Amino acid sequence: MSDILMPALSPTMEEGGLAKWHVKPGDKVEPGQVIAEIETDKATMEVEAVDDGEISEILVPEGTQGVKVNTPIARMKGDAGGPAPAPKAEAPKAETPKPQAPKAEAAPAPKPQAAAPQPTPPAAKTPSNTERVFASPLARRIAQQAGVDLKSLKGSGPHGRIIKRDVEGAPKGAAQLAAAAARTEPRQVLSLEQMGIAPGSYDLVPLDGMKRTIAKRMTESFRDVPHFPLTIDLEIDGLLAARAKVNAMLEKQGVKVSVNDFVLKAAANALKIVPEANASYTPDGIAMHHHADVAMAVAIDGGLITPIIRACETKTLSQIAKESKDLAERARTRKLKPEEYLGGTFTVSNLGMFGIKTFASIINEPQGAILSVGAGTQQPIVRGGKLDIGTVMSVTLTCDHRVVDGATGARFLQAFKALLEDPVTMLA
Amino acid sequence: MDFDLVVIGSGPGGYVAAIRASQLGLKTAIVERELLGGICLNWGCIPTKALLKSGEVYEKLSHLGEYGLSTEKPAFDIAKVVERSRNVAKQLNSGVGYLMKKHKIEVIEGTAKLEKGSTAPKVVIALKAGGSRTVEAKAVMLAVGARSRPIPAIGLEADGDRIWAYREAMTPKFMPKSMIVVGSGAIGIEFASFYRALGCDVTVIEALPRIVPVEDEEVSKAAQKAFEKRGLKFRVGAKVTKVAKSKTGVSVDLEVGGKAEKLEAEVCISAVGIMANLENIGVEALGLELDRGHVKTGPHGETNVAGLYAIGDCAGPPWLAHKASHEGVHCVERIAKFKSPNVQSPIPGCTYSQPQIASVGLTEAAAKAAGREIKVGRFPFKVNGKAIAAGDTEGFVKTVFDAKTGALIGAHMIGAEVTEMIQGFVLAMTLEATEEDLFATVFAHPTMSEAMHEASLDAFGRVLHI
Repeated sequence: MSDILMPALSPTMEEGGLAKWHVKPGDKVEPGQVIAEIETDKATMEVEAVDDGEISEILVPEGTQGVKVNTPIARMKGDAGGPAPAPKAEAPKAETPKPQAPKAEAAPAPKPQAAAPQPTPPAAKTPSNTERVFASPLARRIAQQAGVDLKSLKGSGPHGRIIKRDVEGAPKGAAQLAAAAARTEPRQVLSLEQMGIAPGSYDLVPLDGMKRTIAKRMTESFRDVPHFPLTIDLEIDGLLAARAKVNAMLEKQGVKVSVNDFVLKAAANALKIVPEANASYTPDGIAMHHHADVAMAVAIDGGLITPIIRACETKTLSQIAKESKDLAERARTRKLKPEEYLGGTFTVSNLGMFGIKTFASIINEPQGAILSVGAGTQQPIVRGGKLDIGTVMSVTLTCDHRVVDGATGARFLQAFKALLEDPVTMLA
Repeated sequence: MDFDLVVIGSGPGGYVAAIRASQLGLKTAIVERELLGGICLNWGCIPTKALLKSGEVYEKLSHLGEYGLSTEKPAFDIAKVVERSRNVAKQLNSGVGYLMKKHKIEVIEGTAKLEKGSTAPKVVIALKAGGSRTVEAKAVMLAVGARSRPIPAIGLEADGDRIWAYREAMTPKFMPKSMIVVGSGAIGIEFASFYRALGCDVTVIEALPRIVPVEDEEVSKAAQKAFEKRGLKFRVGAKVTKVAKSKTGVSVDLEVGGKAEKLEAEVCISAVGIMANLENIGVEALGLELDRGHVKTGPHGETNVAGLYAIGDCAGPPWLAHKASHEGVHCVERIAKFKSPNVQSPIPGCTYSQPQIASVGLTEAAAKAAGREIKVGRFPFKVNGKAIAAGDTEGFVKTVFDAKTGALIGAHMIGAEVTEMIQGFVLAMTLEATEEDLFATVFAHPTMSEAMHEASLDAFGRVLHI
């Protein structure tokens, strides 16, 4: 008899939703057989059986959200195993809380079986971050007594061990701050009802993995990253003309290069010209990325996702066009692999197609900056003292001031502007 | 620049610093005016331990019956005891020579004097072999040590005849029948213990109200009792007013509680007062800042003179070899810009008398005076299995914990092998152990170290064997 555990489908995955079971108790399974679908923060993935055996019990029903990684989700009878010993199988149930889940839990899944006893994974009660902290026994005790969170400290002892002097120098009550920062969701002090919205006057849409992740990451980024926007106008008539030529040439191949593909290419090249903007802040130093792995924000049903064009600076426009089309399509069907949307070094978000003129995106940590692209519109332009008509597009760079300061951001935007206004220079 | 670093003095501070410097890639020279290894190896720590071992074994012989053994009447030859001690010193001295060679450290035999230089003072050496040599280095480290301080005002000044300092005491030309030791610190107590073991009638004079005054009060009390059992005599709270030669050898005038007293003995050992060896080294010429006769240094041995560092005894108390080595290494790592986590370790102190005394951290009284809320534990060796089996049941282990954090802040021991045991507590304190860690540590059975476990448990009312 063995348990099937909630798998970690990406390195950052802490929990996921159990979207669908493909098996039921009594079913025989063999290695490689798809047994369930797990909804992670960004995608829906299939879970395969690892061993032969028979499913004896489903522990986490379909539709359950917020299942912590490594929680048993089903129980399997091995070939040799007889019927599961009753007390053992009952044991977890005995601890099972009633559907009123802990506060970090999702609202009950909107399915009939939600009324049935819903086995909440025991792990859900423990803090999700179990990373080991190296600290001396005395440092641990003093931290506990003073309410200092060891995770918030940097150790000065051997191999970074946290020792007494590190804790004694720490501000008291840092634990509370750190605890708040570690919260998985934005703080909501009052319930809607307390804030005057009558119950029953709205429908509650449960938070899925993606919504939770967006809520958590955007809250943390907006609160913790010292960010500022820089906006610049570009004249894109040259770009539009170049795009028409390029697309005429590529027509036979069935490839169509979008304005956004030009933007991705220009951003990547500009990042190579101003490498300081292609960087991440870490407590140990600034990570200068070797490649411009440019992520593009793709709106999808229920949220957004940022698939990545790796080493974008090395790719041709047609390569970028093909890749971005494929990534966007698979993003919408939630078929991206984790490595396709994790680990970008810079993001481009484009709302031009909605007619948005300018906007400032929230930084996608740990990236140093994000570029928000507005709509290109025909506008009067003064050229050499005369009024003219040109197509103008505004872009805004939101910068992490710890990595990209004003002048660096401005240099990036200048480089970007020069490349995009005269796309032939991207060949250089 | 001739060298990256020149170390002046090859005692346990200097030669260890030189080795560390060489390990870190510094081109290093060491200047020694006498013998490699300094006082520690040649005239201090090591040869006295050799003497004390002879004394200890001799003392054990008088208790052979307790172990079911017998021998012919025990006897000793003081000349041979001293010879063994000198051979031990010689062996270690040549060992340091080998280490210097191995680490490619140039040994310059001569007396150094500092003169103003550019990045660091110039070192002018009056060579032993004759002539002089000037070397320049990026950094110069003073590791010149200290020596016992004569007090001529009261006649307490080694005369090479009847008034001895440590050198004479270590190489006696005859076995004195009676002796007065002035000072009951580690040095005084060790000599008193050695000579008493060989049958000398020894009286120790201490100005403070108790012997081994740096130790915990309970240890002082137990030590006095144990020493008196062996026939040592003490005069505490006694002020020496005059030391003079007399018919018997020396006479010492005392003032105890306002009353004058006179003691007579064949010899007198001076074991009070320490002074840094800073004469004729160029202190004034450099404008080197001193503090109570020692070089004033920052936390890494830096002085007020650019490029000049000082470590060990010449840089102030505690005057202990292991403190000098530790400071030397730390200072060199700073000079070489080696990134070390700079872990703070408490400095243990050991006295190799019979019984031995060892301690680290705060005494109970010092902890209280510092306003700490404490928990104190004790465990006597008389109920420790190994101690009983070995016939070494004298003494105890005492622990002092911070009541709030459970941190071990002091440990004090007296007993047969406690100088070897104290390291367990030093390690615990350096690693910032709490009582829980000491409770959870498995102590081998049967060992005297089990008393360390029990004394920790006792501080929290959990002692097992009492």
